[in-house]
Amino acid sequence: MRKPESVMPQDTPFETESKAEIVFRSVTKRFGSLVAVDHLDLEIGQGELVALVGKTGCGKSTMFNMISGLMAPSGGDVRVMGHDPFKEFDWFRGKMAIVFQNDRLLPWRTAVKNVEFGLEMLDISKAERRRIAMAWLDQLGLSGHEDDYPHALSGGMRQRVSIARAFATNAELLLCDEPFSALDEITSKRLRAEFASLVRKNSKTAVFITHSINEAFDIGDRIVVLKRPAEIAHDLRISPETTDAEKAEITTMIHESLSK
Amino acid sequence: MNDATTSSTKLSLFAVATGQKIFWTVAPFVVIAAVWQFASQFFPPFLFPSLVDVFARVIDILMTWSKLSSVLTTAMRILGGLAGAFVIGAILGFVMVQSKYADRFLSPVLTFFQGIPALSWVVFAIIWFHGVEFRILFIMIATTLPAFTFQVVGALRSMNKDLLEMVMSFRPGRLKFFTAMVLPAVLPEILTSWKVNLGNASRVVVVAELVGSSGGVGFQLLRQQQLFDMAGALAWTLQLVFFVLLFQRLLSFIEKVAFRYRATSERRL
Repeated sequence: MRKPESVMPQDTPFETESKAEIVFRSVTKRFGSLVAVDHLDLEIGQGELVALVGKTGCGKSTMFNMISGLMAPSGGDVRVMGHDPFKEFDWFRGKMAIVFQNDRLLPWRTAVKNVEFGLEMLDISKAERRRIAMAWLDQLGLSGHEDDYPHALSGGMRQRVSIARAFATNAELLLCDEPFSALDEITSKRLRAEFASLVRKNSKTAVFITHSINEAFDIGDRIVVLKRPAEIAHDLRISPETTDAEKAEITTMIHESLSK
Repeated sequence: MNDATTSSTKLSLFAVATGQKIFWTVAPFVVIAAVWQFASQFFPPFLFPSLVDVFARVIDILMTWSKLSSVLTTAMRILGGLAGAFVIGAILGFVMVQSKYADRFLSPVLTFFQGIPALSWVVFAIIWFHGVEFRILFIMIATTLPAFTFQVVGALRSMNKDLLEMVMSFRPGRLKFFTAMVLPAVLPEILTSWKVNLGNASRVVVVAELVGSSGGVGFQLLRQQQLFDMAGALAWTLQLVFFVLLFQRLLSFIEKVAFRYRATSERRL
């Protein structure tokens, strides 16, 4: 099983003892003759915040879809919390939440009703749903906008509503597919920080897909660099102590391996 | 500018806008009515009756229960036929979206049905069935079913894939998936299909009543034709038009309330 390289910093060993939340065992995914993922082995432990980095078309989204259960592998085995996410799709109700690339808010629901959506699927009472949704909107700085429809909100606000929707269900696993890529740099940076802080504060396991190395540094405790077809080029552990010089060195290394 | 002046200006702008809207809605009808009334001065009443006579007949129909019941009967036949066609069309539409075999089988059949004239269905119904109400219900359903089915299929297929995936990611049960996603997503197209089919149904029901019924607006129109009573023919026709307009207004109101979430642009097409 693939383990992270102890490249940066040297004294932060990966906790191999931790119970793996996500396991890929020799996973392959083919679309006709195209091999999107080729015998991939990967483990993601509980409470990890992993950034999956790679160029467009490297199979990141395919991996994402297999983890979320929206797609089945062609070969190998994908396990999430010990279960098959595709075959045991309903088992993951309330255990997994996704923040998508675009906000995907239901246009016919107000902000608060959008946040309540996942809770409705869990049969939470109306009053409790409202209490939880309002608390998350408040936490993400959207108080006063709860009755606004999505079209009346800015892109950043809409994406914050979608983050609130994901967190509101208190799912153990958060999957994020380039959720801030459509936003301007300032909003994106602020939301990244808010997101990483929320994940750590709420002890979630999170997989964050991005094509931006800078974003991966901002978000991840661990950076998994993928090259085509979804093979792991680097598996790096990052800590707050990682210096800018070290980050620059890593960035160069990632650029070099991705450009090969 | 103080607040009082600002609100007074806003009020007068609103009044002007409302006045213009009313004017452009009413003006064409006033012109047509004036031309008709003018013609009634020079032609016999069986060609161009005075609008005063027509109006009196309209009031008479509304105030006489035996006559008003004919209008209500026709209205109920229209709504009953549309409701029946919609329910069957929605079921067929769902089946066609779920199964490509059902789609391949039903699509050509429904397209073929669409090509059959309403009058042919009337003849078939008279030959096949005895009961008047069942005949009319059959005709209404047969003529509006294909359109409803294709509109439901179109609405289901055009549901936003991103939103579908988002909803699926929360693993909803079937009922919740339907009420939280499918229903609100397809409702705009369903209401539009009702509006379109309402017009078609009102035309078909008159033909059905004209040939195979002993009551309703179509039957009354047949009587006016036999009596050469143009004022009566107009008055009965207007009853049907009023019903269609009334129901269209109701559907528009539902649209306005149900789709208030939609963004509106200040620039018009």
